[in-house]
Amino acid sequence: MSKFEFPKSIASRPVWGTLEPRQGEHHLMIADAEGAEAVLDIATPDLMAKTHLIYIPKGTDYVERLQALNPAQFYEGPSYEAALQRIRRVLEDAHMGLQVYLTGTEGMMGQAMNEVMTVGLPHTAIQTEHRGSAARRMQCVHCKGITEDVEVDPFVCSHCGLNLFVRDHYSRRLAAYQGVRVDAEDHGNLPEPKGIYE
Amino acid sequence: MTIQFNDESFRDDYTFHNSDWAIKRFPFPFHEDSYMYSVNMEQHKGGPEGSVYEMRFDVDEHYVSEMKDRALVLDQDPLRCQSLPHMTLAGWDLLELIMVSKSEDYPDLFELHRNGNQWRWINKPMGIDHSFTFMDETTLPYGPMEYITRQAQGDFVVLDQRDEMLWMDAGMVTTQADWSLDFDIGMNFFEWHAPVPKAHEMGIFKRALKFLLNIQQGAPARRLNWTMTVNPLLDTSPENYHQWGIQKTTLTPENIGHKQHLRVELQTFFRLPRSNALVFPIRCYLCSFQDLMTAPKWGRRLHRVIRDLPDELATYKGFIDNRPMMLDYLSQFDDGLPTSAGVWPDLETEPPLAK
Ligand code: HEM
Repeated sequence: MSKFEFPKSIASRPVWGTLEPRQGEHHLMIADAEGAEAVLDIATPDLMAKTHLIYIPKGTDYVERLQALNPAQFYEGPSYEAALQRIRRVLEDAHMGLQVYLTGTEGMMGQAMNEVMTVGLPHTAIQTEHRGSAARRMQCVHCKGITEDVEVDPFVCSHCGLNLFVRDHYSRRLAAYQGVRVDAEDHGNLPEPKGIYE
Repeated sequence: MTIQFNDESFRDDYTFHNSDWAIKRFPFPFHEDSYMYSVNMEQHKGGPEGSVYEMRFDVDEHYVSEMKDRALVLDQDPLRCQSLPHMTLAGWDLLELIMVSKSEDYPDLFELHRNGNQWRWINKPMGIDHSFTFMDETTLPYGPMEYITRQAQGDFVVLDQRDEMLWMDAGMVTTQADWSLDFDIGMNFFEWHAPVPKAHEMGIFKRALKFLLNIQQGAPARRLNWTMTVNPLLDTSPENYHQWGIQKTTLTPENIGHKQHLRVELQTFFRLPRSNALVFPIRCYLCSFQDLMTAPKWGRRLHRVIRDLPDELATYKGFIDNRPMMLDYLSQFDDGLPTSAGVWPDLETEPPLAK
């Protein structure tokens, strides 16, 4: 089961939708990991024939099934960072009417969303659907370093090494949640890490 | 009156102090014996002589030292001052607003001489005499917003207004009550307020936004907000919380009177003329518990407000752990007598402590 029901949260937290096939001559799909399932769910031969699909497997094995959909263009990237230059290049040519589908982890969708907005596509042209891991992309408020795919709370900042708790406060600009030192008022007193939604 | 500027620190040895004058004019935020969030906004068109509400931008005895503290913060962390590219015009608007207001309101401290776009700005307390070309960034050492807010007390957030919404697109934020400009920049009104408890459900932010969107040039508004700070630390930033958070645990029954500070923000809202942006100055005033207790009415009232404040607010404001110790201290100053309505200390008319 790749669909996760996020609990109700605060107003800065992103709300993800459910992909639907749209009309249009040009479609760009960016998916990572279990996002592949959302693509498989909406794929039709007609839609895929007009779709550029960019996919980052993150250790999953959906690639063959996605290729079997015969997308107009298919690219498999080893990481979001590696795929980024290509995403930017594709968006450079994006014209009004391009339909964008983002699906998979929050970290990828948040970052890709910023790329799409930067080239001036209206947010009505962008659909999202969360699938797979509910891990978070976290910014350490102290050192500003980003730690990807954080699954537990508290966690260790991969840059400065402080133990951070996971806030729900989310910045779309950074595509990240905020991490704050958990033992700031009692140095060394670290709660046992738990899954973020446990 | 001429202001004697204090030489004081807001960190390390904490030599910050309020004169009797500063205590009497402290913007005590509670107009009654209890507190809950509300859309507490009014016109900002002056106030009683000598009060913090009188001038458009209040200047007080802490001015010069606060500006030194700001410079220190910016040296260590330039991200405390940021402006998205489309906000430069609003920065010029803000520079003009502050220079014009201060030179008119405090002619003995500030002078502005304008000849077309050739401006000369004199800031006597800070020893600045600077000629520059208005709207020409190359003639200033910093961007216009940074230049002028290095010379104005309080934080400044500049909001772009588009799609019936306010966007936090620029700011100078070094005296904040634990929120990060670097994290919040680019957010809209509802997003940056997301962590606040209760107020969303109460509909406060919807109504407040409507009010703000309609603020007109020349008709500024204001409100007060408050929290608690241990030690007179101006820079209670999330960025440095890993260092200052521990100070909250240094309160003892012996030191609480001078260590625990009520932190009040005088927040004002001005529409800017060219950019149609809104500027939100957040001016921070600190007063120790022991200084507040010199006004018997404030002593009685602060005890009742803190005692009855909902846990969610005390938690959000970060003093839930210290509340019992605060109440032990404050209860000594509450004799149960009624208090007069309104925020003023009413020193002449309120009875002395009967305890
Ligand atoms: C447009 C100007 C405004 C800006 C830039 C602003 C900014 C902020 C920020 C950054 C916070 C801290 C949120 C956090 O925890 O991260 C905050 C808190 C808050 N704001 Fe605003 N605000 C503005 C206007 C208003 C107005 C008009 C109201 C009117 C009711 C309001 C009510 C509040 C309240 C109740 C809190 C919680 C404060 C506390 O309990 O200490 N704000 N604001």
